[in-house]
Amino acid sequence: MSAILIAILVLLGLGLVFGILLGYSSIRFKVEGNPLVDQVDSLLPQTQCGQCGHPGCRPYAEAIVNCDEAINKCPPGGQSTIEALADLLDVEALPLDGDHDEDPVKAVAYIREDECIGCTKCIQACPVDAILGAAKQMHTVITSECTGCDLCVEPCPVDCIDMLPIETTPNSWAWPQPKPGVELIATDRSPGIALEGKA
Amino acid sequence: MNSPVKVHSFHGGIHPPENKRQSTGAPISAAPIPSRIVLPLQQHIGLPADPVVNIGDRVLKGQLVAEAIGRISANIHASTSGTVVAIEPHAVPHMSGMPSDCMIIEADGLDEWVEHQGLEDYTSLPKPELIEYIRQSGIAGMGGAGFPTDVKLHLGDDHIVNTLIINAAECEPYITADDMLMRERADQILGGIEIIAHLLKPLHIMVGIEDNKPQAIRALHEALDDSSLNIDIVIIPTKYPSGGEKQLIKLLTGVEVPSGKIPADVGIVCQNIGTTTAIYRAVKYGEPLISRIVTITGDAAGHQQNLEVRLGTLFKDLLDHTEAERDQLYRLVVGGPMMGITVDNEEIPVIKTTNCLIAGTSIEMPPQPPAQACIRCGMCEQVCPAELLPQQLYWFAKGREFDKASHHNLFDCIECGACSYVCPSNIPLVQYYRFAKGEIRKEQEEQRKADHARLRFEARQDRLEREKIEKEERRKARAEEAAKAQAARKDAALTKAAAPAAEKASGVPDLKQLKSNAAIARTKLKKAEKALTNAQEKGLDGIDALQATVEQLQQKCDAAQKAYDDAQKAPAAPAKPALDIKQLKTNAAVARTKLKKAEKQLLAAEESGSDDVDSLKAQVAELQQKSATAEAAFKAAESGTTAPTAAAPAIDTTELEADIKAMQAKVDKAEAAWKAAVESESPAADKMAAGVDKLKGKLKDLQDELAKAQASRSQASNSQSGSTPAAPAVDTSELKADIQAMQGKVEKAEAAWKKAVESESPAASKMAEGVEKLKGKLKNLQDELAKAQASSAPAAPAIDTSELEADIQAMQGKVEKAEAAWKKAVESESPAAAKMAEGVEKLKGKLKDLQDELAEAKASVAPAAPAIDTSELEADVQVIQGKVEKAEAAWKKAVESESPAADKMAAGVEKLKGKLKELQDELAQAKGANQPAAEPTSEPTPEPLDMKALKQQVSIMRTKLKKAEKQRAESDNTDPALDAEIEQLKQRHDEAKAALDAAEAELIAAAAKEGIDLKQLKIDAALARAEVTKAERALSKVEDASDTSELEAALVAAKTQADQLSATLERFTE
Repeated sequence: MSAILIAILVLLGLGLVFGILLGYSSIRFKVEGNPLVDQVDSLLPQTQCGQCGHPGCRPYAEAIVNCDEAINKCPPGGQSTIEALADLLDVEALPLDGDHDEDPVKAVAYIREDECIGCTKCIQACPVDAILGAAKQMHTVITSECTGCDLCVEPCPVDCIDMLPIETTPNSWAWPQPKPGVELIATDRSPGIALEGKA
Repeated sequence: MNSPVKVHSFHGGIHPPENKRQSTGAPISAAPIPSRIVLPLQQHIGLPADPVVNIGDRVLKGQLVAEAIGRISANIHASTSGTVVAIEPHAVPHMSGMPSDCMIIEADGLDEWVEHQGLEDYTSLPKPELIEYIRQSGIAGMGGAGFPTDVKLHLGDDHIVNTLIINAAECEPYITADDMLMRERADQILGGIEIIAHLLKPLHIMVGIEDNKPQAIRALHEALDDSSLNIDIVIIPTKYPSGGEKQLIKLLTGVEVPSGKIPADVGIVCQNIGTTTAIYRAVKYGEPLISRIVTITGDAAGHQQNLEVRLGTLFKDLLDHTEAERDQLYRLVVGGPMMGITVDNEEIPVIKTTNCLIAGTSIEMPPQPPAQACIRCGMCEQVCPAELLPQQLYWFAKGREFDKASHHNLFDCIECGACSYVCPSNIPLVQYYRFAKGEIRKEQEEQRKADHARLRFEARQDRLEREKIEKEERRKARAEEAAKAQAARKDAALTKAAAPAAEKASGVPDLKQLKSNAAIARTKLKKAEKALTNAQEKGLDGIDALQATVEQLQQKCDAAQKAYDDAQKAPAAPAKPALDIKQLKTNAAVARTKLKKAEKQLLAAEESGSDDVDSLKAQVAELQQKSATAEAAFKAAESGTTAPTAAAPAIDTTELEADIKAMQAKVDKAEAAWKAAVESESPAADKMAAGVDKLKGKLKDLQDELAKAQASRSQASNSQSGSTPAAPAVDTSELKADIQAMQGKVEKAEAAWKKAVESESPAASKMAEGVEKLKGKLKNLQDELAKAQASSAPAAPAIDTSELEADIQAMQGKVEKAEAAWKKAVESESPAAAKMAEGVEKLKGKLKDLQDELAEAKASVAPAAPAIDTSELEADVQVIQGKVEKAEAAWKKAVESESPAADKMAAGVEKLKGKLKELQDELAQAKGANQPAAEPTSEPTPEPLDMKALKQQVSIMRTKLKKAEKQRAESDNTDPALDAEIEQLKQRHDEAKAALDAAEAELIAAAAKEGIDLKQLKIDAALARAEVTKAERALSKVEDASDTSELEAALVAAKTQADQLSATLERFTE
């Protein structure tokens, strides 16, 4: 009888000790906000374009963490973002949702300045304040700040905003991926050479 | 040869065929001056240089043509004299094969040097200035990377540099440029090293050179014998890639440069041997970097040799010079075969880092065999000089697992190509690494941009939030202010309107409402009945429904009537016991007519054989009953009238009667006195005559006043008659007032007459006549009053306090006058003084009574009493004003005639004025109180010009209308009063809207007159332009001619419109 009692008391004591420990640490090491949301948010491309159906990148990150939103709804991020998210959240990487281009072309907005009437509508639409101008004054895009979200194109009443693809310069050029080793036979690569050789 | 330095070794490395012998046969020769020089603005790592000459300028050899921008950049100089013909994109030796900005100089063949001079004694110059001098010469690392040399020379500033290593290894096959340079210009190399050593002050200088260049080693030693420098020439075994910076450091010092660090972090600086020569020439002769040694080699290159080539010389010119065999040329490689790049264009210029040009044949440089699968042989790992795991990196790069590749130190890879060289599967490993590096860099760049965008986005969100809060606060503040102002206004209005508003709200309007309700119900019922009879006569369908409606309406009508009667009975009961006879009479009449109608209907129904004769019969019976009761009630009321008339307005009439009796007694007395005076023929006749004249004037005035007062009274009663159900009551009160005024007149006349009698005036007889006349009038009025009371007394409302107040005022006036008269009498020691004193006492008592009565009446009827009528007040004010005027006139006269009573009169005038003031104040207040109550019901004041006000009015009307409609919809049974209200509101709304529309139309017309709106025009023009661009785009998209004509027409139309608009716009803006 006493043995049972002792066992119960010991267990109760252990429970009490660990309970206090856990309670203390939950207060002492409390993390403000949801760190996972921040992590997800940092992986998103921050174009704030709203193509995911959420009003900005952070809301999408919150939806992913809190509402089980699919991770494949970010066209600007592309496959690499999906993979990064899948890696972070330990879920399966999905192909990009919808009928978006596989590899989206990065673009920046460009205002044809002699056509601008200075209505400031694009300024209000820009999520990152990358458009400079004032009422009745010509506007222009700060190219280095533009995320290419194209939210400014729709509101323009005179249709003077173009999305110009960012041109590759020798400085921004990068090596393409080598073709995978499927050309097992020399003639596969360039039939012309083989023919010439025969001739 | 006898090196004391221990040579270490590095991991891996390969031994490819050297192929250096071909190009070392001939000495360095100068390449000819090309006809065209193409100078890329970026020949180095860092930012491109900025052109400082314009197109068309003539430039001299060695002249600065493009300036360095920023810290890491280098100047560019013209390599021969000529004219700048273009600054445009041109093919450059870059792995991407993409064009980049170049300055193109048409050479004039003179090769004319710009004025230049070397430094006589560079040691006397401060180091920063010397470094700046070297920087101005545009020297960048000539080994391959092209890192600006001056940056490396500055390393001594913040690093402890104890070892200077001169890289003379030249490990790549084919290249012999450094070898030949050392063989021929060892003295220049040593001179350069001296300058670098002077700047960096290293403890130890080493020249690392591969053992496959014995001639160069010998030449260096020979040169070193003449130099004072302590330089160790370290001979290292030939192994690729010992020329790599980190590998050479490892070889010479055994120190490994940590990953991600530069050699300076471990106290070592490396310089290429070609760079030292350039530095030497710049310092010694003032020659900027405009040429370099380039090895032209390869089996297809013709004469394989080293040439001193001006920067910007095209490969084509060099190959022409060496008589290259173009038909043999299979592949043109810039740089070494291991790390160089293949170019497919001979129109590419030599730049500062171009050390070799290999024109390979297909045998020499066969195409890369197809890649096979990795067999995990591990040979790549064994040859990697950076001690990486190439195989793993390959898998990661291929699988796009760039994170893992980074973790496997991908960025330590020097892309030497040793792994690819040994790969048995011919896998292009280096390309995979380059690809992976590029992707990782791109990702990092994107991440950086994303972070930046996030910061900006969050900053914007914060700003918007802040602005929203500020706006909200401002709005709140404004609303609070407005509320305060409104509350203040309301308070003011309330204090003014408290009493009348409260009184108005109770009792009276309710009754009115009920009455109108009942009336409306009756009219509806009649209409419905008419419709029913109509339908019945014609035998139409839906009679049942109509009958149902009629019944319903009847019920409603009855209910309304009953409610009205009840309401009337309830408040009337305490005030007047009798019923409204008139109302009863009409009720009875209505009941009778209804009965008749119903009977008629019944007859009609019986004739047409309708089914519901029974119900009609029942109705008729009901109506008969009703009619009977109504008539009975009427009769009862009529018979009982005499009692209530005596009871209800009893106070007034008894009082009046008492007054009249007293008056009559007075008149009698006066008559007696007059008769006595006439008989005794008094001597005071003259005075009396004057007094009588005055009295007559006064009498006239009083009559006028009375007329005025009556007019204003009647006005007031007219305005009241609409709102008060019992109109005749006003008449009686008016009559009463008349009588009172008359009584006052009689009294005055009597007083005057008495005086006259006392002074024995001869005018006494005339006065007696006047008194008689007045008495007659009084009698008439009294009769009239009696009549009015007889007809409408029961309908008289509750005791009118205002009436009482008027009585009191009149009484006060009397008292005052009597007192004045009495005083005068006392002064003149009149015998009538005693009598007068009695009269005054009596009057005072009356006044007291009246005041008490007023207090009582107010206490009992206060809530039911109507608002103080402003018209009444106005009349009062007018009366007082008249009095004041008269009193003033009298006073003036008295002053003129030096009367002793002048002082008193002045006091009287003052008093009257005070009263007038009071009354006016009261009037103003009453008006102020009445206004807010009157506003909502009053017609909307038309302000045709104020659009805003009009709009507001319309919207107010709309809201009111909507509210009323909503109310109606909510209440199930259709309230006729509401319907009527809605009708009214609708009418008003329509009126207001019509006014607004008219005003708007006017505005538009005015705007049209002013001319075209400039702003609108501008926008139109912009839109038109947009239209044109759209059309153009559509046209360019279509292309295939079939339906372009249509589009073109559209485009032309759009263009003409845009042109027109912009022309107008210009006219206006000009």
